[in-house]
Amino acid sequence: MDFEFSEEQVAIRDTIRELVQDRVAPRAAEIDAKAEYPKDIEKLFADNGILGIPFPEQYGGISGSSVTICMGVEEIAKACATSSLILAVQALGSYPILVAGSEEQKKRLCPPLASGEKVAAYALSETGSGSDAAAMKTRAKRHGNEYVLNGTKQFITAGSVAGTLVVFAQTDPDDHHGISAFVLERETSPWQASKLEHKLGIRGSPTAQLVFEDVKVPVANRLGDEGAGFKIALAVLDRSRPGIGAQALGIAEGAFDYALQYVKERQQFGQAVATFQGIQFMLADIATQIEAARHLVYRAATKVDAKAPDLTKIAAMAKLFASDMAMKVTTDCVQLLGGYGYISDYPVERMMRDAKITQIYEGTNQIQRVVIARSLLR
Amino acid sequence: MRQLAQGTVLPLAAEVDRQHRFPEEAVRAASEAGLLGILIPREYGGAGLDALAFAICIEELAQACASTSVIVDVHTSVGSEPILLFGTPEQKQKWLPRLASGELLGAFALTEPAAGSDAASLQTSARRGGDGYVLNGTKVFITNIGRAGMYVVFARTGEPGKAGGISAFLVPAETPGVRVGQIFKKMGLHGSPTGELVLEDVEVPVENRLADEGQGFVVAMRALDSGRIGISGQALGIAQAAVDESRALLRGRGREQGDDFLLADMATRLESARLLAYHAAWLCSSGRPFTREASMAKLHCTDTAMQLALDALQLAGEEGAVSGSPFERHVRDAKALQIYEGSNQVQRMVIAREMLR
Repeated sequence: MDFEFSEEQVAIRDTIRELVQDRVAPRAAEIDAKAEYPKDIEKLFADNGILGIPFPEQYGGISGSSVTICMGVEEIAKACATSSLILAVQALGSYPILVAGSEEQKKRLCPPLASGEKVAAYALSETGSGSDAAAMKTRAKRHGNEYVLNGTKQFITAGSVAGTLVVFAQTDPDDHHGISAFVLERETSPWQASKLEHKLGIRGSPTAQLVFEDVKVPVANRLGDEGAGFKIALAVLDRSRPGIGAQALGIAEGAFDYALQYVKERQQFGQAVATFQGIQFMLADIATQIEAARHLVYRAATKVDAKAPDLTKIAAMAKLFASDMAMKVTTDCVQLLGGYGYISDYPVERMMRDAKITQIYEGTNQIQRVVIARSLLR
Repeated sequence: MRQLAQGTVLPLAAEVDRQHRFPEEAVRAASEAGLLGILIPREYGGAGLDALAFAICIEELAQACASTSVIVDVHTSVGSEPILLFGTPEQKQKWLPRLASGELLGAFALTEPAAGSDAASLQTSARRGGDGYVLNGTKVFITNIGRAGMYVVFARTGEPGKAGGISAFLVPAETPGVRVGQIFKKMGLHGSPTGELVLEDVEVPVENRLADEGQGFVVAMRALDSGRIGISGQALGIAQAAVDESRALLRGRGREQGDDFLLADMATRLESARLLAYHAAWLCSSGRPFTREASMAKLHCTDTAMQLALDALQLAGEEGAVSGSPFERHVRDAKALQIYEGSNQVQRMVIAREMLR
């Protein structure tokens, strides 16, 4: 199947592509080496409207389309996976408001995000409930017009830098599905964050442990009804998974672009490495896998935009396939560069390290298989 | 061996990785246990063991710490064995006891910036001068760089571009003109220094030439044949650690059939890889041809280590991706094995060539 991107989408992609080449790509190695959050890249994205992509125009944004989000994330991830997460997590942290928020909540909470004044984050995982969201221990107790939150969230991407945080907490301790979703704004509902310093990859993206000690949230910031949180969490992940697929796709493409150029130039046995059939077969397999993943990712994103009934299954397939593909492709790209692939003077080892997390976060690939099987057997 | 690996080497592994530091204590312990002379005959102060014992020792070390295992492996195998195989009685007497005791660490300097898989195209020159040779050139990706007391260096004494124009030399690290260039920052194996060996007008006496002039490529290829058994051992050790850690992880949490099946596949694949490697080692030990089998073992064992390290990290999830976790370290360490001592593409070339000749 073919994807017809609108003129507007293509224009957004081209703008991002240029910005990424000029401003993001030259920073990527340093962001990884220093393991520092690239505040400058966040500002660059804010200034150029990129952080407004997840929002429709009526809420101050420029798109709101999952396809456009995927195009942006893919372009950025080609050069820097950490930077691509800034857009991906802006989308992830905003989806709960867009999916389950009232008109008043959307009008109030979205514009500061869409303008890039703030970034959003999404706090679902806890120690002991990574892939099992229903086992969550964070509690929200209602006192009059506000809730009081207590608990700890684990592995929260951008949780330490976000200005707006969607937190899932138990509101009915007797029912393990009694989870509700809340929007915390840092100024009025401050939370504590400690950054986990070192990771295998996406090293510039702060992965934080968040601690909530009697954090007060107005009732007006509860999304949907009490007890609707679990449904919201799943609906959000359905919509955000194509974005992780797009990130994986971008990482793989970035590594492949580099490796392809390298094997064309690198001479061994008196000829370019790319002239060897064993290498050519690897190139053919890599390109085929990337192409297959691209179609699955954009098919899933299209279904999200169309609110298709089978979007859950296809979104899980896109995330599963694209991330497994990215891991394999980046590992092969390191191989194509040989010893040079293994050292940090070249970008492919970073891309291989970055690829691994796409198989793990926003639902491990084991969870994606469970989701796919469940929808097949329903 | 297991006691040494688990008791002394393993507790250092995470720190060595994090601090990018040479595992002094582990290498010293290995030396005291006689591991640095595993393959060297008893008459020269070694243990006089065979390739199979060597593979098993390296496997045990790698299960604890891949950095330590590659240091010991390169020293024992490509860094010392060429003298054992090709040295004159005088050369053996001079070098082997010092290598066996750990007084000297060995290293192997073949690869150059433009000569990786195509080693025969190396350009480092060795010109006759005085009563010896003068070496000039730059070697890259040299394991044990800066730590080795002696480098087995391959340089051109004859026709450019031809394998037959290459000779092997034993170059002490303290020889004037021998310099350590760039030390590479790598994805993994952080405890094992890798870098450039720069040779500037290095004078090497004739008695330090290993084998005849023009025999260097034969020396290198034979050294790499058995070197591949050592790399297979490293791969098995990393893969075994990945399986053991996965098993401990799954025992501690609820059972899911998908995880069980993955663990079963991992263990089965590891077992097949181990048998292949031990078979190659046995062929080598018993004096039979083993080139094809050693390449198959290196290819299959290192691909297995890479896949199993990735599988184990997938089972561990996000907690496994945080630095300090053995899961993410194994992934970074395993990747090197598919590349060094003949990339897995070179192994396929060797296997096919052996089969089609």
